[in-house]
Order: sequence, then C-alpha cells, then structure tokens
Amino acid sequence: MYIYDDYDQKIVDQRVAQYRDQTRRYLAGELTDEEFRPLRLQNGLYIQRHAPMLRVAIPYGHLRSAQVRKLAELARKYDKGYVHFTTRQNVQYNWPALENVPEMLAELATVQMHGIQTSGACIRNTTSDQFAGVAFDEIVDPRPWCEIIRQWSTFHPEFAHLPRKFKIAVNGAKEDRAAVMVHDVGINVKLNDAGQVGFEIFVGGGLGRTPMIGDLIKPWLEPKHLLTYLNAVLRVYNRYGRRDNKYKARIKILVKAMTPEVFAAKVEQEWAFEKDGPQTLTDAEIARNHRFFTAPAYESLAGDDAEFAAAKAANPAFARWVERNVFAHKVAGYAAVTLSLKKTGVPPGDATDAQLDDVANLADRFSFGEVRVSHGQNLILADVKQADLFALWEEAKRIGFATPNIGLLTDVICCPGGDFCSLANAKSIPVAQAIQERFDNLDYLFDLGDIDVNMSGCINACGHHHVGNIGVLGVDKNNAEYYQITLGGRQGVDAKIGKVIGPSFAQEEMPDVMSKIIEVFVAHREGDERFIDVFDRIGAEPFKAKVYEGKPIRKEKADV
Amino acid sequence: MSKLIINREIVDNRWTRVVANEQGEVSLPSEGAVLVPYQYWLANRDALSNREVAVCFAPTDEPESLPVDANVFPMIACEFPAFTDGRGFSIGRLLRVRYGFKGELRAVGDVFKDTLNYLARCGFNAFEVRADKDINEAIKGIDDFTEFYQSSVDVPSPLYLRRPVAA
Repeated sequence: MYIYDDYDQKIVDQRVAQYRDQTRRYLAGELTDEEFRPLRLQNGLYIQRHAPMLRVAIPYGHLRSAQVRKLAELARKYDKGYVHFTTRQNVQYNWPALENVPEMLAELATVQMHGIQTSGACIRNTTSDQFAGVAFDEIVDPRPWCEIIRQWSTFHPEFAHLPRKFKIAVNGAKEDRAAVMVHDVGINVKLNDAGQVGFEIFVGGGLGRTPMIGDLIKPWLEPKHLLTYLNAVLRVYNRYGRRDNKYKARIKILVKAMTPEVFAAKVEQEWAFEKDGPQTLTDAEIARNHRFFTAPAYESLAGDDAEFAAAKAANPAFARWVERNVFAHKVAGYAAVTLSLKKTGVPPGDATDAQLDDVANLADRFSFGEVRVSHGQNLILADVKQADLFALWEEAKRIGFATPNIGLLTDVICCPGGDFCSLANAKSIPVAQAIQERFDNLDYLFDLGDIDVNMSGCINACGHHHVGNIGVLGVDKNNAEYYQITLGGRQGVDAKIGKVIGPSFAQEEMPDVMSKIIEVFVAHREGDERFIDVFDRIGAEPFKAKVYEGKPIRKEKADV
Repeated sequence: MSKLIINREIVDNRWTRVVANEQGEVSLPSEGAVLVPYQYWLANRDALSNREVAVCFAPTDEPESLPVDANVFPMIACEFPAFTDGRGFSIGRLLRVRYGFKGELRAVGDVFKDTLNYLARCGFNAFEVRADKDINEAIKGIDDFTEFYQSSVDVPSPLYLRRPVAA
C-alpha cells in the first residue's frame, strides 16, 4: 500500500489547518453559506437531510487495519456508531456535527486519511478494481497508476473549480470491475505485443440524468505521458465545458456536443504544448510508485489446499460461501474474500463500529492487515490463505458479513436514498430490504445466478441503476415516491445503459414486480443462462407483458 | 485609493478598472492607468495606443487570440465573476506558461483568502481582494499550502522531481 512520507503528511495536515480556519470563519459569519459551500464540499462535507454528511476518501479502495480502526473510532465518537460505504470507494458518516468535522479530519490525518476532493466540482477520488494486484485475470496492476493520478489531482490548482465533478477510474484486468466506461475518464492499463505498458483512454462516460458510455479517444498512451495527457483533457473541459446549466456541465455533454473526434483532436492540440513538459513522468517516479504495491510476504504454497477442499466437501454452507464470495487469486494457495455488507435487514453498504473493529482484526489475522472496499459496496480481504478460509468464514458469520450472496440478486447496490440524502426523490433502502426479504431463500437465489440489481433514490444515480441488469430508480410523482424499472444494463467491458420498461410502481408493488421479472427470466432460461443473457436473447417485451399484466395502460414520460 | 496584494505586499491600486455598462459601452476616465476589457482593447487598439493600458480577460476570452506579445502589457487581469468559475485559472496559466507573460498578472472579481493559493500557483502575483473581505487576513491564504504534488507556474517541477527518493 502507499505510505505517506513527510511531504504527503504535510499536505494533508495543511488541509486540516485550512479547513479548521474555514469552519471557524464560517461559524463567525466571515464566510457566507454560498462561499462556504464549495469549500466544505471539496472537503467532503455535505449538508444533508438530517445533519451534515462527511465523505472520506479511500483512494482506489485500499485501507490498512489501523485506518479501519480509526473509521470505527470516529463512528463511535462523532457519529451514531456506523458508517456507509459508497459505490465510489468512499466511506460516509451520516451524522457528524459541523463543528466537529475539523477534529475528525485531524484524527483521520493521523492515519493518512482525509476528505479531500470527495465532493465538489473537482477531480474526485480515483477508483479502481477491488481485486487489483491479486486478480487472476489481471494484465497490469492499476494501483501505481492510480496513486500517480491521486497525487497529480490532489489540489491541482488549475482544476480546483471545474464546471462539475470529475471522476477517473482505472482498470488493469480482463474483466472491468472499475466500470471505466461510465466515468468521465476511464483508463484501461494494457500490454502491447512487445510487453510494454500503455493506456487506453475513454472520455465522457457517466450516469446521472444523461447516462452515456464513454468514447475511446486515445487507444494507446505511453505511460510517461499519462499526466500531461490528462492535463490536456482537463484543460479542454475546464475551458469549454458548459457552466450555464449544471445538468449539462459534465464532460460527457461537451464530448457529445463537439463529437468525440473533434474533442479528441482538441485534446491532441492542447497536449502538443504539454507533452514532454515538466509533468512528464520519470522512470524513477514510476518505479517509486510501483514499490508501494509489491506482493506481501506470501508463503510458497502448492496450489489447492487439501483441507480447504475437504471442508468444502463436508460443509455445503461453506462451499456455497466459497462459490459466491471467494475470488480466484493469482498466487497459488491464496484467495480473495468478499465480506458481504448485504445481509437482509441491513442497509446495503452499512457497517457498525464493532464490525469495523472486527474486520480490522480479521485483516490482521488473515490478510496482511489490509482491507479493500468495492464498487459493489462490500469489503474485501484480498490475500487469504485457502487453508484459512474456513476459520475466516466462521468469524465472518459471527460478525454478520458472511452472507453468501456476492453477485446475486440480494447483493443490491443501493444509495442511501431518501432516508438520508437530501437530493433523493425516494427511499431506496426499504425497497432494497423488501426485495432482499422476498428473495431470502438462498437455494433459490443460488439457482438464479448472477443478477446485478442496482438502485438509486434519484436521478443522480449514485446507485448506478442504469448499469444494473435490473435497475430501480426512485422518482417523485406529485410528492409520492414511485420506482421506475430499467432492464438490460451492465457494467464491464461490454457496458450498456439499461432501458426503462414503462410506467413506475408504488413502493409496496416493488417486491411483486421483482418476482414477476424473475419469473419471466426463469421461464425463458435455458440451462444455467445468466439473467442478462436471457434478456439479450428475448428482449424487454416478455418482461413488460408480465409486470404490466392487468394494469391499466397509461403513458408516462420516461425519466431517464 | 483601494488596496491590493502585489508580490505578497499590500499596496495601493493605481489602475482604474472600467467595465462595459448594460449597453456594452465602455467609458474611460480622461487620464491615468486604465484596465479595460480585453474585447474592448481588441476593438480599440489604435485609440488606446497613447494610454497606459492593461487588459482584463473574461472567462470566455481566449489568450490564443492575442494579436501581440503579451509582454506589451505591464499588467493583465483575469476576471473571476464567481470564485467557482475556474476558467481564469487556465487562462492565467496559459498566459504565463504558453505566452511567456512576465508582467503583473492580477486576479479580479470574486477573490478572497480561500482562492489565493490556487491562483498563485496558476501564475497570479496580484490579487484584488473583494472590498468586503479583510485583505490582511486574505494575504495569509497564499500560504495555505507550502508543498504541492503537481507542476505549477510558481514551482514548475512536480514534487516527484524534488522529493528525495531512496534507491
């Protein structure tokens, strides 16, 4: 993992001092609400439905156990004893007092954490594959590149006040677990035939009000040019992105308005001035960042562990958990484990302070003291010996993190929704819970196989409903909460935006609607076909026919 | 005379800034150093040739369109209609880095303590702090951060070229 040196620490400490002063001046009336707002947002502080909400960065999803313990301590001390993990590798406190935030940030700084650029119109926390460095299908470890981008983007003076937020994701595996196609800038780290590293740059993807898949504007970028090229992209966006309408201010709108070809040409033109400039990466700097992401002290193991195999054979529940929650590792005898934060009855992505402390202990005991956070709002222990999996499973069960549902219908990606978020039009947590309750039969869930269900409480799409195989969007109709269904979305290398199937449903209808969608899937499924493959084969019509069966036909403007 | 910060000192502002009225007209004072909108200067270059003149770039103005060496101006200003409009950061940086402007680069408009550090790093060395803000407090904002990761106008080499690295 990346470890701060004196320079990194000084930058974070100076931020704490700056924000402490900004808070003081705000409370003293020297800064207006309007002035303080962008300043606090760039430090992750929202004013929310019930209280301020503090968003803390987890750069590319990596945490050390000491950091997890600090998160737990802050939850106890300044919040209501729990935190929420988001889809963007951040963690949120829902109830801090505004006056306490400087102190929280000061405490976070002691474990090399912060809220820098977790919100606001700036370059946000860079996200990546939760299995980076360990995935069996990895081509290039994306983390050193994420760290290089993290440093370049932190307090970038020219891009401190962009037209809108700006999100960068980096992927280095065959599968895309970082959803690069739906980011402002998506980067695939590749190898060419000569074994050299290079980047494929997508621009203009994103969800929200105008969901779009990014366009490939640079099929091959040499590593040393990464930052000068990003600088050129950002400068074009900063200067020409729309500022007159916040709904049209994201880079995707600019790329579309210019056309990707013209946008790419404009970036090349700008880059011509930047290329080989002072921000060109040196071999030494690239090597320095790689040194932080070397393999931990793995034992030399002989492949599949015999005891592990025996435990699976003897214990179907354990085998089931292994099948869903254990991911193949590139090192023989090891595995990556996903701890599910999607237990029925618990808001997706939430963890209590006690659970966090327990996870930190598990990380120390089983996974070199490291914890990761996934885009799917779960926690990962990335380097567990196969021989330890059974012991880990028993501990995870005790904590409530062993629900064997990763990738299944109940592993719902879900934003905090109207229960917490002041932007939301509708609640999302109770709907997610009702669906989880409806599909609580594990055997049945297992039989259904991989289904991504993504829910957002509003059009901002924090729950990424557009790229869920089944997407649920909370909408407001005459001050009542309704839910709109999209089908066919997916993330990954074949990312696609789902289509709205028709008029929305009341909250109480949602479990039945979900059941009907699943019934159609099961009726048409051939063998072990995945939901998304069935959908691609039969289209939306059979699903529509079933969910709207017997309902009066009414027209409604699609809200996506 | 109003005050501003130039090169970390609080000094008198000797420039009179003129802006277009609602009809788009600009009326100049009869004498003295005058800061005019860049577009007005473009349209009235000859008439202004005998004046001590500086230009003010609006966020939509493009330094690329400068028909002369930027250094013919003793001062160039960039307007920040709102501090959250970051276009002026890019304009300032381009004027310094791409067009080699050596003179006074001044930030005007919604300028106060919390933007000075970023502005300085984009090449601004003069700050017309908003009249309702305490300029003595604001000047401290220049040093909110004293160490930076990325290349900037004031410190062109990124941290990785300055940071001692263990082999």
